[in-house]
Amino acid sequence: MKAKATTKTTYQIPIGPIHPALKEPVQFEFEIDGERIVDVDVSLGHVHRAIEWTGMHRNPIQILYLAERICGICSYCHPMAFSLAVERIAGIEVPDRANYLRIVHAELERICSHVLWAGVAAHEIGFDSVLFLTWQIREEALDLTEYLTGNRVTKAITMIGGVRRDITPDMLPRIKKSLKVLKDSFEKLRKIYLEDKTFKMRSQGCGILTKEDALKLCACGPTTRASGVKKDVRIDQPYFAFGDLDFDYVTPDVLTGEVNGDVYDRIIVRLLEVKQSIELIERSIEQMPQGEIVSEPKIAKLLATLKKAKGEGIGRMEAPRGEVFHYVKLNENEYPYSWKVRAPTYSNILPWIPMLKGQQIADIPIVAASTDPCMSCTNRVTILKDNNKYELTKQELHRLSVEKTRRLMK
Amino acid sequence: MTSKKLTPEEIVDSFKKEFKIKVSDARIEKFTHGLKKTEMSHIWMKIDPTIIKDVTKHIMTLEKYPHFAVSSGYDTEKTIDIVYHFSIYYGKRGEEISINLTASLPKTKPEIDTISDLIPGALIAEQEKQEMLGIKVKNIPSDKRSFISDDFPKDVYPWRKDETGPEKMVRNLHEVKK
Repeated sequence: MKAKATTKTTYQIPIGPIHPALKEPVQFEFEIDGERIVDVDVSLGHVHRAIEWTGMHRNPIQILYLAERICGICSYCHPMAFSLAVERIAGIEVPDRANYLRIVHAELERICSHVLWAGVAAHEIGFDSVLFLTWQIREEALDLTEYLTGNRVTKAITMIGGVRRDITPDMLPRIKKSLKVLKDSFEKLRKIYLEDKTFKMRSQGCGILTKEDALKLCACGPTTRASGVKKDVRIDQPYFAFGDLDFDYVTPDVLTGEVNGDVYDRIIVRLLEVKQSIELIERSIEQMPQGEIVSEPKIAKLLATLKKAKGEGIGRMEAPRGEVFHYVKLNENEYPYSWKVRAPTYSNILPWIPMLKGQQIADIPIVAASTDPCMSCTNRVTILKDNNKYELTKQELHRLSVEKTRRLMK
Repeated sequence: MTSKKLTPEEIVDSFKKEFKIKVSDARIEKFTHGLKKTEMSHIWMKIDPTIIKDVTKHIMTLEKYPHFAVSSGYDTEKTIDIVYHFSIYYGKRGEEISINLTASLPKTKPEIDTISDLIPGALIAEQEKQEMLGIKVKNIPSDKRSFISDDFPKDVYPWRKDETGPEKMVRNLHEVKK
């Protein structure tokens, strides 16, 4: 408090930290002038669980199940990115059928994640009826996940060199039924999210990330694509069988003809990606060749091979939130010598700063949620003003956001 | 910025030409995926830690905004190796190339220059390497801990495998009353 109380026009509010459900919990330190955010500082790591360290004391098969528990929503892409890295080091060839099966699971996860996010976004601006609608739709996608993998969240479908379960012809009618439900509900979602007046008022021109900032800060996934950067690992560096399927980057100008990089654009990108994912699942099921689903079904034999492997490799894949990156170093040992996990939110933390500057307090939930982190970090907010401390709870912050929506609707 | 896209072999050559013996052990890994055998290239190189800034600038002549994914790191007996993962030429189907650069820092003086002034998105990765491996990133714009909490001991580095590692702090729950 160097400045005199009379001249001080800004005050600080810390938001967060956190909630254990969050993969990368975050604490914001906002500099506020009235209702407007002047500056933001972000700090991370409140529940760092030392997963990488733990992984260096596990064998590669055990790591698959550990990696699955890094994040509940990305419980497929983490073990899969790890497998990609290990397969490249050990020179394991993945059967063609497994590559197509891997696409089905990856895209199904994207649908679950994006639809979940859409519900959260609606909740943040006070549209709880839409939250229930979207999560009802997500339920269909989760049922399909359970039908294909046996589990709704931790799917345990990944195996180094392939996948663990096949899709047999008698399963196809059930899959088609679910995909049809998802397709039919997509139109409903599109109408609500892209045409509703209130949604537009709250999201257009809000939380802007310019193309240059997105590039400089190395943002990834829908966050960067909404700013007009064409970056998608599925297309840039096709893994699995994505090289066989013809599809294009989803940027907001596909729909509106222009790129603003605001929250509305991020909604567009995610919604269109849901549609794209449904099509990709259909096409990969259609084109799927016959054959094996895993290169080495005997786990003991696979472990013996991996024990002899030496070298370093990277595995990158496009998770729902952006590029997930795993670096693995094997050293002819039972356990990996080094393992580095980079989840997409890691890259999307710094872009929050330009997004939040100039926004109002009531916009914090929707702007922060727009990059698709877990928003439970707004649990506790303390406002310090003239040395009087009072708490702003998550409910209070949510109320402010809802009130702003109501004001705009008048 | 050059308009022509270089092949992986040409990229390696351009590094060798620019940095001579300070770049070594270059290798190009190529993988194919899918029925169409789509190819992807990963370039691996060892670099002298003193040239990290120049190397980053050189990558920026190939692609104005190279994507910096993260830097990894591990402890060997005498050195601490930091691996910088870049990727360039994104935005066109199948053209992206990953460039991975390993810099070995001696344990006696584990120091490397920051690249956050060139690529602001590298800040969190550099902070993480400082706290996890006990290296010093020179001129880092914000010198704070990003992942481990402030009350964690200052001389313990979780990813080290030597006496400064976390082994003495590890308790097995089955061995202690809990």
